[in-house]
Amino acid sequence: MEQIAIDIPRLLFLAFAGIAVVAAFNLILQRNPIYSALSLIVTLCVMAALFLLLNAPFIAVIQIVVYAGAIMVLFVFVIMLLNIREEESKIDRQKYLKWLAAPMFLALLAQVFAVIRYVDTTPPSIPSANAPGGNPAESLGTVESIANAMFTTYVLPFEATSVLILMAIVGSMLLAKRDSKQDIERIETALDAEQAEQEQAHLAAEKSNKEVAA
Amino acid sequence: MSSILESIDFYFILESLIKIAIVFVIGLLSPVGMNWVERRTLALIQNRLGPNRVGPFGLLQSIADGIKFVFKEDIIPLAANRWLYTLAPIVMVIPAFMVTIVYPFGPEIDLPFIGPTKMYVTNFNVGLLYVLAMTSLGVYGIILAGWGSNSKYSLLGGLRSSAQVISYELSLSLALVGAMLQSGSLDLVKIVENQSGWGGMQWHIFMFQPLGFIIYLISAIAETNRVPFDLPEAETELVGGFHTEYSSSLKFAMLFMAEYVNMLTVAVLATVVFLGGWNGPFVKDFPVLGLLYFFIKISFFMFLYIWLRGTLPRFRYDQLMNFGWKVLLPLALINIVISAVIGLIVY
Repeated sequence: MEQIAIDIPRLLFLAFAGIAVVAAFNLILQRNPIYSALSLIVTLCVMAALFLLLNAPFIAVIQIVVYAGAIMVLFVFVIMLLNIREEESKIDRQKYLKWLAAPMFLALLAQVFAVIRYVDTTPPSIPSANAPGGNPAESLGTVESIANAMFTTYVLPFEATSVLILMAIVGSMLLAKRDSKQDIERIETALDAEQAEQEQAHLAAEKSNKEVAA
Repeated sequence: MSSILESIDFYFILESLIKIAIVFVIGLLSPVGMNWVERRTLALIQNRLGPNRVGPFGLLQSIADGIKFVFKEDIIPLAANRWLYTLAPIVMVIPAFMVTIVYPFGPEIDLPFIGPTKMYVTNFNVGLLYVLAMTSLGVYGIILAGWGSNSKYSLLGGLRSSAQVISYELSLSLALVGAMLQSGSLDLVKIVENQSGWGGMQWHIFMFQPLGFIIYLISAIAETNRVPFDLPEAETELVGGFHTEYSSSLKFAMLFMAEYVNMLTVAVLATVVFLGGWNGPFVKDFPVLGLLYFFIKISFFMFLYIWLRGTLPRFRYDQLMNFGWKVLLPLALINIVISAVIGLIVY
């Protein structure tokens, strides 16, 4: 019994981590953008499961709501709307970038190993909220603890981030609005020019017809 | 998680498995019943008979349809993307059924031979968010079905649906925030227990959340793509919308089932958050009544869906977007402010 009880979280971790790595590789290797986007969604969902294993249900659910449920829907929406097919091979443009990829990857890998090697990875001794006697406000990853941290210790960064996001929203709306007005003007002038051209062509054709008839 | 797993015993696992099986069967069978009620009621509204040949009052009609779904040839259109076309119904039906584990059907009931049993599979401290997360994942099914079918009607239906769901999900979640502030929890069971005052009638809809309820109801109908927000499946312009290319095979049955289970989820959420869940008069003395109340409340919402379908015309697309962003979203934000102020004064 005892043996089984201890091993289940580790088995789950290995399973989810494996899926996450495979999906992440698939994300990079796929040529079709919609498959890449779907792999990313799988990765994000599996990450949520990993958060659950780390006793952080709130972060896990928020991960799904925000990333998998909102941002990725927009990604997929845009891919569908623009009807992007398989990417064409842009060999000449990415010729030198390819050589940069290997050192970057090695550096990242070294960083990961350094973190594993030098950082204390023993889990913090914070009681689970579901355990008997556990206080939800003190345990990690619950709604209460995150709210406490966000609105007391980190209130300034939190507010600054929200102002930034608000600015981004207003900015994007401004850009979209101005662009659409210009677009309409451009389309109108283009249409006018086309119409004038057509009329001239028509006149010229009539003229030549008359000449032929004459 | 480890602390939970260390303390599990096999009775807990057995109990959970049995409960999951029961809830799964409820999820599988509810579309059958709901579909029959819908067709008969619509027929009543439109002054015709409806299905009345298979079994008494046509009760077996939906089962006959189900059998047809199983035995009909499964056609994949040549132009369709085989992978995504097959994946879409699966992606849609799994999150729909995953939500059913947090439905709080009733309070703890003393069952004969078994002892006190909780009438839900599980409850956890982010239950409400979990429901929202799972429903937001269901959109992918619609998008993939639309894109994978490689047909213009399906694609338009999928695009419309994703735009609509993104827009109305916001006001739906924000409408729930007010009730969440009042009960001080995201746990569905705790939200229900918070409404047990006044002899079981202290529901959030009476206690300062009428506006939230109305916003939630409208957004929920839009979220489930039902009339008057059924633009993704508008049959007069898009044939069948995102499921145009799905012949009546098991894949179509899965899409169909997912839609009905999503409707059920939305009704359960409305019941739990605004109408007091299993609460009602005399539930404290006779807990079994809770199950009945819950069923009645859910049935009311299901009937509302059908009633609206029989009565209302469809929104135009720009009206839909304007209404969602310019009316519902600001109202939902105002509702949060009002709830917070009332919460400060009263509690």
